[in-house]
Amino acid sequence: MAENIPMLALSPTMEEGVIVKWVKSEGDTVEQGEVLCEVETDKATMEYESPASGTLLEILAAEGSSVPVGKEIAVIGEPDEAVQAAQKEKPAEKPAEEKRGQEPTSAEKPPEAKEGQGLPEPAQPPQEAEKIKRAEERPPQPQKVTPITEEQAAPDKLAEGRILATPLARRLARERHVDLAEVKGTGPGGRITRSDVEEAALATAARPAPTEVELKDKIVEITPKRKVIAETLSGSKFSAPHFYLKLTACVEDLMAARDRLNKSLNAHVSVNAFLMKFAAEALKRHPMVNAAWTGDAIVQHANIDIALAVSQPDGLIAPVVRDCGAKGILQIDRELKALVEKTRKGTLTRADYADSTFTISSLGTYGIEEFTAIINPPGSAILAVGEFMKMVMADENEQICARLCTRLTLSCDHRVIDGTVGANFLRDFRYMIEYPIEPLC
Amino acid sequence: MPVIAYRDALNQAIDEEMARDKRVILIGEEVALYNGAYKVSRGLHDKYGDRRVIDTPISEEGFTGIGIGAAMAGLRPIVEWMTFNFSIQALDQVINNAAKMRYMSGGQFAIPIVFRGPNGPAEWLSSQHSQALASIYTHVPGLKVVSAATPYDAKGLLKTAIRDDNPVVMMEAELLYGIKGDVPADEYLISLGKADIKRPGRDVTLITFGKVVHMVLEAAETLAQDDIDAEVIDLRSLRPLDEAAIVASVTKTSRCVVIDESWPVASVGSHVAWLVSHRCFDRLDAQVELVAGEDIPMPYNHQLELAAQPSVEKILAAVERVLYL
Repeated sequence: MAENIPMLALSPTMEEGVIVKWVKSEGDTVEQGEVLCEVETDKATMEYESPASGTLLEILAAEGSSVPVGKEIAVIGEPDEAVQAAQKEKPAEKPAEEKRGQEPTSAEKPPEAKEGQGLPEPAQPPQEAEKIKRAEERPPQPQKVTPITEEQAAPDKLAEGRILATPLARRLARERHVDLAEVKGTGPGGRITRSDVEEAALATAARPAPTEVELKDKIVEITPKRKVIAETLSGSKFSAPHFYLKLTACVEDLMAARDRLNKSLNAHVSVNAFLMKFAAEALKRHPMVNAAWTGDAIVQHANIDIALAVSQPDGLIAPVVRDCGAKGILQIDRELKALVEKTRKGTLTRADYADSTFTISSLGTYGIEEFTAIINPPGSAILAVGEFMKMVMADENEQICARLCTRLTLSCDHRVIDGTVGANFLRDFRYMIEYPIEPLC
Repeated sequence: MPVIAYRDALNQAIDEEMARDKRVILIGEEVALYNGAYKVSRGLHDKYGDRRVIDTPISEEGFTGIGIGAAMAGLRPIVEWMTFNFSIQALDQVINNAAKMRYMSGGQFAIPIVFRGPNGPAEWLSSQHSQALASIYTHVPGLKVVSAATPYDAKGLLKTAIRDDNPVVMMEAELLYGIKGDVPADEYLISLGKADIKRPGRDVTLITFGKVVHMVLEAAETLAQDDIDAEVIDLRSLRPLDEAAIVASVTKTSRCVVIDESWPVASVGSHVAWLVSHRCFDRLDAQVELVAGEDIPMPYNHQLELAAQPSVEKILAAVERVLYL
């Protein structure tokens, strides 16, 4: 397909350029980026690099001629391609007098012009290519720029790039989730108005379920991982009698301690590492919460192996940091980060996630204020941590204040843990969060 | 409530303020012995005498300047211009002195003065005597500009203007002096800067001021016959401008036509139209239309003279455009 090559603005202020010299001749092969010709701008003489590849079919602006920016200077296309009449633009350098001289007055117009084959009058919209093509067959006629009145041009031109809609219509469309692209405008030039959007919104609301498209349920195959999750959690929920303990913990001192640590180490120690460490310390004080029901006995674990629930696209998994009771926060953090990284990569082995003695699950980053979790066997308890959020409360002096808090929910297996046991554990855990020095005492 | 003519409402305002405050004087061509070119000052010379109701030679620049000087010296003059067309002679006094003196003197001089007279076209007065010059004065910071459409507004606004410590330009109209309306017997004032909703409505906001308020109200009644409920806002005060009233109305109706008998270029009307597009952009469901005087010197031929001004038909056509009818 032959392409018209226009004069480009080679400097920011250039309005027209003089073709100093054609480097390529008609019939030459041109690569995109090759110099086509030299153009003298208002600033300097510059090389005009071809914006297209192909054969230089025709030079439309002779050397020495001045061409306004945007006006065609050449046609580039396939070697055997005829220059399309419709694309052919005559050089601009013809004097205006000549134009006027050749233009027949309406009285002189040849009969065929009256039949619509003549060039369009200045104020008329562009005719179809066919008519222009026929016009080209007439004796040489100065190329006339056909002015298009704003009114005629506006709808088509604007319709291409953007939707015509009033500001109010746009706002209503946003508010009512109406896609303007699907609304037919009844205003001038197809402008979408308030009533168009309102009707579209009503139509959408009233529209019955489309009947042409049959809605089908999607069958999602169960992955082995999903099967394990299903069996483990239903096993837990259906066999372990769950009960739940809830309380609110203030986390300001915890966050302050973490900030200090992060600053002094220039590190980013996760809140979860703190929570795991404090849980381990609380479990040391309440070994019955770090236990398992075996059917004929209760095993109080010597190790404190804490799992952290990590969400993955293919399902939940809870990698375990072993022996948290014997490790410091930084080591727990390092191991946790390594495990999370392995989880992301999908390279966890069974040893990384099996046989936890206690589990922590947090949905705080999802904005969940509090939730109840299902115990992750063989553990007997799981701690659900809500969002860290400002809560309004009364301080020590009975004054209303806003403090950064979280809601903690402990799910316990009543076969192992009685209410008071769980309560004492959770209370101590809160105490540690609120007074982070406590685990050291 | 008494029904009196617009000129008599103005007369009452001046009379009451002159009786209330000895510093109030009236100065202008024919204001004293002839009782005013439009009889606004009827009886005032008899009542207040030569020293307070002062005839001047035909020299707008001169007597406007005298008024400004008198204001600087502590009086509260009312300068009557026989028409705003003649006020152009005195523009330098108004713009360079009245509007600037408080600023240029660092606040040492207040200019408590009122410039008033008929503005806008009447009939058969041709191009030099039919000009609506609201925008020239409204353009200038340091001036307050009001325009009364009814006897009630004329009295209330003029009394407030006389008491204001800043120069106030008050635009009346030859064709308004004879119209009658309710004016309370008890004293009242109308704050400058408050528009008046002359007719509440929900479908389209028609914003206007001055003489054409009556034409716009007539158009609104015609629209009502087609169940189109137009809200008519009479700005009353062009500077300061009651933007809140404009925004509230267009927010309600989403459509706005501004009607201003001045020329359309750089006019109060075009300013208000801009303001609406600016402040109510997200509320507009159609372009803001401006119905203005035609952009030509006023023809003398009466048919052409009428055709060059806003009309009920032009207003209806603009309303139809913004309602997509």
